[in-house]
Amino acid sequence: MAISVKVVERPIEDVSYIRAALKGMALTVKHLFDVNGRVTVQYPEEKSPISPRWRGTHRMLTTETGKARCVACGLCPTVCPANCIKLVPGEDEEGNRYPLVFEIDEFRCIFCGYCQEVCPEEAIHVGRHYENSEYSRDGFVYDLQRLMDQTHPVCEMWDPEDPKGE
Amino acid sequence: MIVTHGISALLQAADPNLPPVSGMAFFLFTAVKMIIIFTVYMVGVALLTLAERKISAWIQDRHGPNRVGKGWLQPAADGLKNFMKEETMPAGVNKPLFVLAPILSFIPALTAWCVIPFGAPMPTRWGRIDLVVADLPVGFLFILAITSLGVYGIVLAGWSSNNKYALLGGLRSSAQMVSYEISMGMSTIPILLLAGNVSLNSIINQQAWGGWNVINLTVAFFIFMVAAFAETNRLPFDLPEAESELIAGYHTEYSAMKFSLFFIAEYAGMVTASALMATLFFGGWDVPFTAHDNIGPYSVWLSLLSIGIFLAKILFFLFLFMWVRWTLPRFRYDQLMSLGWKFMLPLALAYIVLIAAVMLGLSASGIPEGALHTAIYGSVNIVVVIVLFAILDRGRIISPAYGRMNPREVERMREVTRRATMAAEAGR
Repeated sequence: MAISVKVVERPIEDVSYIRAALKGMALTVKHLFDVNGRVTVQYPEEKSPISPRWRGTHRMLTTETGKARCVACGLCPTVCPANCIKLVPGEDEEGNRYPLVFEIDEFRCIFCGYCQEVCPEEAIHVGRHYENSEYSRDGFVYDLQRLMDQTHPVCEMWDPEDPKGE
Repeated sequence: MIVTHGISALLQAADPNLPPVSGMAFFLFTAVKMIIIFTVYMVGVALLTLAERKISAWIQDRHGPNRVGKGWLQPAADGLKNFMKEETMPAGVNKPLFVLAPILSFIPALTAWCVIPFGAPMPTRWGRIDLVVADLPVGFLFILAITSLGVYGIVLAGWSSNNKYALLGGLRSSAQMVSYEISMGMSTIPILLLAGNVSLNSIINQQAWGGWNVINLTVAFFIFMVAAFAETNRLPFDLPEAESELIAGYHTEYSAMKFSLFFIAEYAGMVTASALMATLFFGGWDVPFTAHDNIGPYSVWLSLLSIGIFLAKILFFLFLFMWVRWTLPRFRYDQLMSLGWKFMLPLALAYIVLIAAVMLGLSASGIPEGALHTAIYGSVNIVVVIVLFAILDRGRIISPAYGRMNPREVERMREVTRRATMAAEAGR
């Protein structure tokens, strides 16, 4: 079985090196002087916008009195697929439940946002935030106080205009 | 007071027939010229790395380095980083050659500068100072001899690294540089024919009177430019480095300052090649559209102006180097070889014959030298360039893989496959 060599005749303007090279040079020099066309975002000074549905590190919302809104119902550690929420419920004299321990291991978290979705009190939220750095791995286990201290905006799980996603 | 007096003494216009400086002053001025050239050269090379990064960034719609001192100190930061890095010495390297190679690739590019005139002669109270470190009578031959040494550094680096990629890079570089060296040398012969002398000063003088060689010898300029790109291993001729194929080619195993030295050598080679193109084809320090810089009376201002003009010409070519680098992709190896041997070399040889014939015709017809000569050379060149463009445009010499093929070539390839099939069948 012989291998046949197929020869395709193409028009000269498709195969000419000179024309292609000159075209390329014209293109690059156009970009060279295109001062307004620069696309780099100067990161620490400028930041590109993130989606309102961005799911980043968590935040615990508080009541007007400054206490965590969490009622320690236990739904979020139950629904969490990564098992990263540690919750020990407690109860005060009036019978109100509150979290004795509420810790989220941000390294285990997969940022699915189920905790925010399941929370009946709208207490725990994933945040619109991505600049996380710590000196040790322990720094990424956020306790209740730390979660309450976060100030970044929280994720809009759905479009408020269109809650059913229609 | 003494300083201002000295400066005003330096700036006064002087007799055009001033004798050159001699004696102690000669040594002193030569030393000063060497120091100035070396300093400007090294600082310039450092800034060129920045320019390259900036231009590449702008071409790619980025900003480029703009953090260290608004970007201006980036070369210093890079240099500092390279000083702090570890000098690795991989197992199995040939140590003396491994250390020698970067030095050998760096020195020739620098040495070539000692014969390149960079300005009109400067008159001083001590005599005339020629603005060239050493005005060798063999000027141009010296440059050809020295720049061709550059290949040794790269080949030795490839050989001594004990690394297959480095060796392949070194091999490619030797093939490439040797091939293009010939075209480069051949392309300069018409210049020597026109100037009738190999000293760079007389080549510049000839251009100042008889028009720049880029008009007289356009084709030679193109050949020289392409060969210069190949000699400096810049894209589209960066096959010795070819990072997508050979990691980094001959500098794969180098680190820290030894790597830096190769880098400096590449840029130094670019500066030298640009200076040569400016000198040989664009009139060197000749100030365009003026004549008084050719005869004098020379003054210090004129010298400074001519230095500025020369620098501007060099910078233009450096920009061209970078512009081309960030536009054109690398040649395939067979394209490189066929361009060098099948196209540039025959073209350069034919061009020598053509120019010699035109010269003979001009001298026989008794047309006085000057503008008419330039016009005749120029029109001959326009015709040749148009013919060349038409030939190159056929896409047979440098063509993409899907380009047109010679019918004979196709027949030969068919024959090869047929024979291979027959051999395979016979074997079975």
